[in-house]
Amino acid sequence: MRVLTRTRVLTLLAGLALAGLPRALPAEMLAITGATIHTLGAQGTIRNGTLLIENGRIRAVGATVTLPAGVRRIDARGKVVTPGLFDSFSQIGTVEVNAVPGSADSSVDDDRVTAAFNVADALNPRSTLIAVNRIEGLTRAVVAPGTGKSLIAGQGAVIHLGGPGDYIVRSPAAMFAVLGEAGAGLTGGSRAGAMLRLREAFQDAVDYAANRKSFEQGDRREYSLSRLDLEALGPVVKGQLPLVLSVDRASDIEAALRLAKELDLKLILAGVTEGWMVARQIAEAKVPVLVNPLTNLPGSFESLGATLENAARLHKAGVTLAFMTGDAHNSRNIKQGAGNAVAYGMPWEAALAAMTSVPARIWGIADHYGTLEPGKDADVVIWDGDPLEVTTFADAVFIRGREMPMKSRQTELRDRYKNLQTPLPPAYQKP
Amino acid sequence: MTDKPSRTAFGALAILLAIVPLGCASAAATSPAAPAQAAAAKPATATGQTGAPASEPAQAPYPSSYHPLPSQPVLITNATVLTAAGDRIERGSVLMRDGRIAAVGANVQAPAGATVVDGTGKWVTPGVIDAHSHLGVYASPGVDANADGNELTDPNTAEVWAEHSVWPQDPQFPLALAAGVTSMQILPGSANLFGGRSVTVKNVPARGVYGMKFPGAPYGLKMACGENPKRFYGSKGRAPSTRMGNVAGYRAAWIKAAEYRQKRADYERKRQAGDEKAEPPGRDLELETLAGVLAGEILVQNHCYRADEMLTMIEIAKEFGYKVTAFHHAVEAYKIADVLAANGICSDIWADWWGFKMEAFDGIRENAALLQKAGACVVIHSDSAEGIQRLNQEAAKSMAAGNRMGMSLREEDVIRWLTINPAKSLGIGDQTGSLEPGKMADVVLWSGNPFSVYSRPDKVYIDGALAFDRGDPSHQPEMDFELGIRETGEVSQ
Repeated sequence: MRVLTRTRVLTLLAGLALAGLPRALPAEMLAITGATIHTLGAQGTIRNGTLLIENGRIRAVGATVTLPAGVRRIDARGKVVTPGLFDSFSQIGTVEVNAVPGSADSSVDDDRVTAAFNVADALNPRSTLIAVNRIEGLTRAVVAPGTGKSLIAGQGAVIHLGGPGDYIVRSPAAMFAVLGEAGAGLTGGSRAGAMLRLREAFQDAVDYAANRKSFEQGDRREYSLSRLDLEALGPVVKGQLPLVLSVDRASDIEAALRLAKELDLKLILAGVTEGWMVARQIAEAKVPVLVNPLTNLPGSFESLGATLENAARLHKAGVTLAFMTGDAHNSRNIKQGAGNAVAYGMPWEAALAAMTSVPARIWGIADHYGTLEPGKDADVVIWDGDPLEVTTFADAVFIRGREMPMKSRQTELRDRYKNLQTPLPPAYQKP
Repeated sequence: MTDKPSRTAFGALAILLAIVPLGCASAAATSPAAPAQAAAAKPATATGQTGAPASEPAQAPYPSSYHPLPSQPVLITNATVLTAAGDRIERGSVLMRDGRIAAVGANVQAPAGATVVDGTGKWVTPGVIDAHSHLGVYASPGVDANADGNELTDPNTAEVWAEHSVWPQDPQFPLALAAGVTSMQILPGSANLFGGRSVTVKNVPARGVYGMKFPGAPYGLKMACGENPKRFYGSKGRAPSTRMGNVAGYRAAWIKAAEYRQKRADYERKRQAGDEKAEPPGRDLELETLAGVLAGEILVQNHCYRADEMLTMIEIAKEFGYKVTAFHHAVEAYKIADVLAANGICSDIWADWWGFKMEAFDGIRENAALLQKAGACVVIHSDSAEGIQRLNQEAAKSMAAGNRMGMSLREEDVIRWLTINPAKSLGIGDQTGSLEPGKMADVVLWSGNPFSVYSRPDKVYIDGALAFDRGDPSHQPEMDFELGIRETGEVSQ
């Protein structure tokens, strides 16, 4: 299973266009003027700045940008402009209503290792959740497989929230697995059992990759995994595809770091509720972490050290940190998590970066997303204030230069019911 | 059964209602708690020895033994004060003395011996009240051994009392305290049509729940509509398995409760007429609770998501002569905001939870704002041990959503969603929930505007006592469970 690069996706889409399907058209040239622009790049924060978008990309950004004649302008004086936000662990596009099984595709009840499972095969870019989240500034997300019954759940993808078309930005983006209590529960009741299963799977994948021919000739020992799962783990054991391990307890984090070192894996840690307790080890291993800054309950025996200061302490220790919600319907609230991380000690700029430029690097898409710099995709949000503040909303959202309609199923419900004194029943009120 | 599948400890919900007289009780509109309070506040010692037969219910068993923590007079000065009873006061002062609010205003002098707290740049509000919590009944850690919120054995468990599940050592209590929560209603879960009695507590550490019980607060009855009861019991091949089955279940129970209440009334009449042979009806915990609702002494707190189901629940209440105090969760309340306003029913809602189940699919950010616009009672609730720590932020999101659609919601209005409105809907609005002289001094000093994500409570006072101080570990309660489990020496700096 190869990593689909963006170029490759575009090539595929060009093929689709030939087949008669519409390809997302770039917006016209557009200038956003007068805003406070947080570029997240070398230019830092620009007051009274201008951002010029052309053909879906950022053409120029700065305090003084010469605008071509006749360019459409959006006056954003008093507003704040940032890159579109990124949720590093979500289920957007794989669930509509959690409790309605037919609308939920994030996991399977298969107790084998399901490394070949790929959420990209189930994604629905027309999900109502897409618009609900994007009108509040979320433009990209990692869609992770849910933990079903398999220790290795499968592969996740990076998507943008611009709707149908070339919405898959990177697939697979990573392999996802669990350790800790969840892993133990799936493998007979002990963390040690989960570890041995993981080690067995990876060792089989290594052996398979080196001996594929003899396997196909029936001249190889039996493996613990199916052929497709072994194929899927190939890029992981070669250190090409990241392995995301969900762990919370400090000792589980340490175990995950040891395993990655032993097998030379490209590790990303998710959850890491007790990460602050072993922050130095994480930083030294140069392993990035995905955290939900709102997690502070001693809700289980693997999160007894939970604290609202986790993100700040990890950041201070030099750990590369991105934010996640683990949610889908309310991934839009990732900015509230960021605001709380700041309230509990994280620098504001680092919190904004943890849902823009940092995940761009973690997920390997920093060449085209994550900062407001010339040449990057124009994922841009105009906010009516500090984007980390709970009273701030997005005024306008652009994904790859296309201005998104600020409508969702929820705004339509709101508009239908905002005046209850209508002559006809609400069902006659149409958007 | 938890209410939201992805989280640990949600239960069912309740309903609150603030303004309307309860059922056939003659409570004044401004103090719905009065009748229940009188009953519940009566010391149990006065009832156990009245000479009534052993089969008779004591008037108020399991009484509150709450005593306020020690306090001294405190004057907070020069802060922005949101009283929840009027306009904001800039550069205002709040004086607390003997556990009560003594004065609020622009010019308040510190009495001799008062501690003066400089509130410059800070905000003061009444203590936050969560009308929908499961702290203590779904404690952390969320292991099976601590899951005591849903008596999953019968669709009608009106006989159970949440207080008999509350673990006062739940480490979630001090987390809520650090977020400014001074009182809360703890409810049974939502698996059952009748989940049992709620209990309202002061958020203070105590060795037993009785040391937390809010003095004089009426009980609530948790009822649940919709998916949870029908899914849970339907999956076991028993009633209810449909929404019409749910309704039949409520009605059958109220019929029995009305009969029981009549029998008790008949017995009382005979006894008072001197009939020594009068036989008291046998005690029945389930029917005592339901009869308490019909008497207007116990408030109906009704978990209900869909607009059409709320309308049905209102009809059931009319059929049997009781009052729905609040609909809890009420994700579709905005669709019937006018009806809820006309019936004086509160909506206890989240800011933005939606979509986790079918009956939550129509949630919108403007629910609170549209209810407010219609003149209905809004309460922002949590139903979550995480959410209870950010009720101010949740209200802020709802406020901003309303203002985005053209309303002019101000902090001094929205603070009511967290304070006086839940207080009224719990029947304690005459005692707490606003900063008015004579009321309990339940007060939060915030580091800034409480509707900012960056603001946190600096100090929290309960009955005038400093229950939490962010800058002083000696005023930060720690539960037994938390001792010795955190290796702070490992902190990487």
